[in-house]
Amino acid sequence: MAKTVVSFTLNGSPVDVLVEPRELLIHTLREKLATTGPHIGCDTSHCGACTVDLDGLSVKACTVLTVQCDGAEMLTIEGFAKAGALHPLQEGFSQEHGLQCGFCTPGMITRAYRLLQENPSPTEADIRFWMAGNLCRCTGYQNIVKSIQYAAAKMRGETVATSHPVLAE
Amino acid sequence: MDTNIETHARLEKLEGIGCSRKRREDPRFIQGKGNYVDDIKLPGMLSGVMVRSPYAHAKIVSIDTSKAKAHPGVHAVLTAEDLKPLKLHWMPTLAGDVQAVLADGRVSFQNQEVAFVVADDRYTAADAADLVEVEYEELPAVVDPFKALAPDAPVIRPDLDGKNVGAHGARKHHNHIFNWQIGDKDKTDRAFANAEVTVKQDMLYPRVHPCPLETCGSVANYDAIRGDLTVWITSQAPHVVRTVVGLLSSIPESKIRIISPDIGGGFGNKVGVYPGYVCAIVASIVLGRPVKWIESRSENLTTTAFARDYWMTGELAADKNGKIRALRVNVTADHGAFDACADPTKWPAGMFHVCTGSYDIANAHVSVDGVYTNKFPGGVAYRCSFRVTEAVYLIERMIDVLAQRLDIDKAEIRRRNFIQAEQFPYLSPLGLEFDSGNYAPALERVLEAVDYKALRAEQAALRADPNAPTLMGIGITTFTEIVGAGPSKNCDILGIGMFDSCEIRVHPDGSAIARMGSISQGQGHQTTYAQIIASEAGIAASQIAVEEGDTSTAPYGLGTYGSRSTPVAGAATARAARKIREKARKIAAHLLEVAPDDLEFDLDQFKVKGDPARGKTMKEIAWAAYNNVPEGMEMGLEAVDYYDPPNFTFPFGAYVCVLDITKKTGETKVRRFYALDDCGTRINPMIIEGQIHGGLTEGFAVAMGQELPYDEQGNVLGGTLMDYFLPTSQETPHWETDFTVTPSPHHPIGAKGVAESPHVGSIPCFSSAMVDAFAHLGTTHFNMPYNSFRVWQHAKSLGLTA
Ligand code: FES
Ligand code: FES
Repeated sequence: MAKTVVSFTLNGSPVDVLVEPRELLIHTLREKLATTGPHIGCDTSHCGACTVDLDGLSVKACTVLTVQCDGAEMLTIEGFAKAGALHPLQEGFSQEHGLQCGFCTPGMITRAYRLLQENPSPTEADIRFWMAGNLCRCTGYQNIVKSIQYAAAKMRGETVATSHPVLAE
Repeated sequence: MDTNIETHARLEKLEGIGCSRKRREDPRFIQGKGNYVDDIKLPGMLSGVMVRSPYAHAKIVSIDTSKAKAHPGVHAVLTAEDLKPLKLHWMPTLAGDVQAVLADGRVSFQNQEVAFVVADDRYTAADAADLVEVEYEELPAVVDPFKALAPDAPVIRPDLDGKNVGAHGARKHHNHIFNWQIGDKDKTDRAFANAEVTVKQDMLYPRVHPCPLETCGSVANYDAIRGDLTVWITSQAPHVVRTVVGLLSSIPESKIRIISPDIGGGFGNKVGVYPGYVCAIVASIVLGRPVKWIESRSENLTTTAFARDYWMTGELAADKNGKIRALRVNVTADHGAFDACADPTKWPAGMFHVCTGSYDIANAHVSVDGVYTNKFPGGVAYRCSFRVTEAVYLIERMIDVLAQRLDIDKAEIRRRNFIQAEQFPYLSPLGLEFDSGNYAPALERVLEAVDYKALRAEQAALRADPNAPTLMGIGITTFTEIVGAGPSKNCDILGIGMFDSCEIRVHPDGSAIARMGSISQGQGHQTTYAQIIASEAGIAASQIAVEEGDTSTAPYGLGTYGSRSTPVAGAATARAARKIREKARKIAAHLLEVAPDDLEFDLDQFKVKGDPARGKTMKEIAWAAYNNVPEGMEMGLEAVDYYDPPNFTFPFGAYVCVLDITKKTGETKVRRFYALDDCGTRINPMIIEGQIHGGLTEGFAVAMGQELPYDEQGNVLGGTLMDYFLPTSQETPHWETDFTVTPSPHHPIGAKGVAESPHVGSIPCFSSAMVDAFAHLGTTHFNMPYNSFRVWQHAKSLGLTA
């Protein structure tokens, strides 16, 4: 099949990549651009493990063709920490134990990022609604909600603390 | 005051047992730097894809691979014919049966592996897989285990023709696998004959799938020059895989390296050895290049290891006051087309015999029949110890049925039957020794927390109102789990005892590395094992690197499933750390010129008794271990421990669930779920809470929606996330958690294991609540999953939907 060059900005850096028209963005990212943070958890666009931020929208990278991304601005989990400093969402997920096996985590954080861009003070119900396209088999979501609340508070400039102090018991 | 602050600071630095230490695993996962199998990319790596059968039961007339082989970019197409010369077309299962790696002249379940296509990349491999032409001659399929036992039922396994004795004794029919019995049948039958009351209930624990978010997969790399095989694999038991691969390939284990890198959840799905792994290995050996095989979600849901599919009949004999005298259980277990259950060799129904539960029942008898059907193989433990979810479900349902029959409150009947605290260690009528428990206080605490009386009053008022649009169900479970397999006298896999191991090396600077035979799939071992060592050997957890999953570096272990990591590998870790501490004591005594007994261990140092100003820190001792040890002592500070537990551990819990059900639609809302777990000593409360949330959520999923049904032709319905229910953040209830602590008397630090209790305990709790909602109308049971449609159907049958 004839291949096409596609150019876009990935986590702030320009990339050019040669793909078949049928190639899915998730495969291009993972196999050609060494961006293995977004994962593949299904074949029906249900799990959200592959979520990336594409031109200001959360997108399931398994459901987009790479050729559709020409000229796009793309953010994946690899673009969150800046100069060694974690993004508040990354910190929140760790402090509130919002991950276990970690397989859903890149997608979760990327989706939560979009939520907080649109709504800096989401309620628990807002968070549960917004995150419903991202499945997690390990955590039961309760600590993911808390992680996002932690990050939201921190991004609003409030003081935050883990709800799991080291020496509680 | 000052000493308190100082101790607090030292404890905080040590981060030992009981601390909510933040996870060591997190930094890589939150930055997208995990290393899962599909992230691995080797130079020259090829991609493998399976060709699968569309039929549940068929003869293979012919396979034509010529077009696929001619497709550009294709390197090989393997079929059973190619594997035959290597004797790899069949492989042994963990249950003493054999399984076709690639179909050998016939297929016996839908999506069975028929051919393996290897190409430059996954797109090319998928294209070529479509070009493999297979001609089938369809045979009648049987998907119902009872019909499979009919005299004229289709023969599912002609390869077993004439084999009247299987791995677990006599086979009574061509589709029969085993009959397993335990308990005193005569005494139990007599107790039933003389009982004041008996109850009987059929129930189905449907076929479900653990469905971790990462599917199964592997990358095999055979180095022809060195003769070494390296396999990265999604395995919960990498050492067992190495032994199996060695047996299959005749490559010595010393030349096989199995690496379980980061694993995206397991829940039992990743215990077995699957045809895809074997094909990737063969292809790599044949082609001399690395070969990756990653299954899709639908392949995962329809071929690699289901759980449950247990058709159970329970019976209780009791006095009029609800005191249980005997339990009788008959199970028909659907194992699919190959018996690939992951159970200890001796017990083909796992630890199902924990089914007497938290109750003091004098007589019990269990009989389990395993049956072949045209469904995919498995029978793994989905977030539970072997068949324990089924056992707990049975007894918790049965005690509710008895309560309803006798019109005794469901909490009260439990009180009347609990094993009392002073009865531990308690020998059950089915031969298990329950290590410790304290059931009554746990139940009372939960009932008080939810104000049980008020809930029952509210329910009574609602029932009295015929116009009420909703029903209210209150569920209770007081379950006992059995985990930590296991004593090697009872438990082995492929003849290898189910011990586990830990090796610790303390470096000259006082930091350390520890390696275990277990493997984390999200449980946070890198975090919690370091905490055990911190408390036992006085080395700050932050200074301890924990490594698992690489068979070339880690000591042999049986892996992580059945909540066995803490009970077994955790015990080995504590014991290895104690060996370090005792050697350190001798070195400290030598340095301080006192007798070892004159020293006491204080968090991270040894102090001279009566002269606490004199002492040596572990850091100082570690340095001395490499330059100044007592005469006759070996240099270095290392220890290894292989731990064969004397017994299982028996975590328990008390749960209450409150459901609100809309009569007209069957829609169900979890109003409240309160879970009290007792897992003995708590190593990391934050991680325990996380495990409990996860287990409860998986329990909710099973009870409310998960099922892998089949149609009559053997088509699996529900093989994608379109149909198979995984709860989202929207449906998942809010969980309330609580705990008591009843340490295990035989575990070095008293820990019991926790990750599976909430799954095992919550499912019957949902059933209890669901049935309770309809109990006043005579319902004693109806089968899961309780999706709205089924609940509506049930409500309709009772005339509630009008
Ligand atoms: S891989 Fe599941 S939604 Fe993209
Ligand atoms: S942390 Fe494992 S799937 Fe979410």
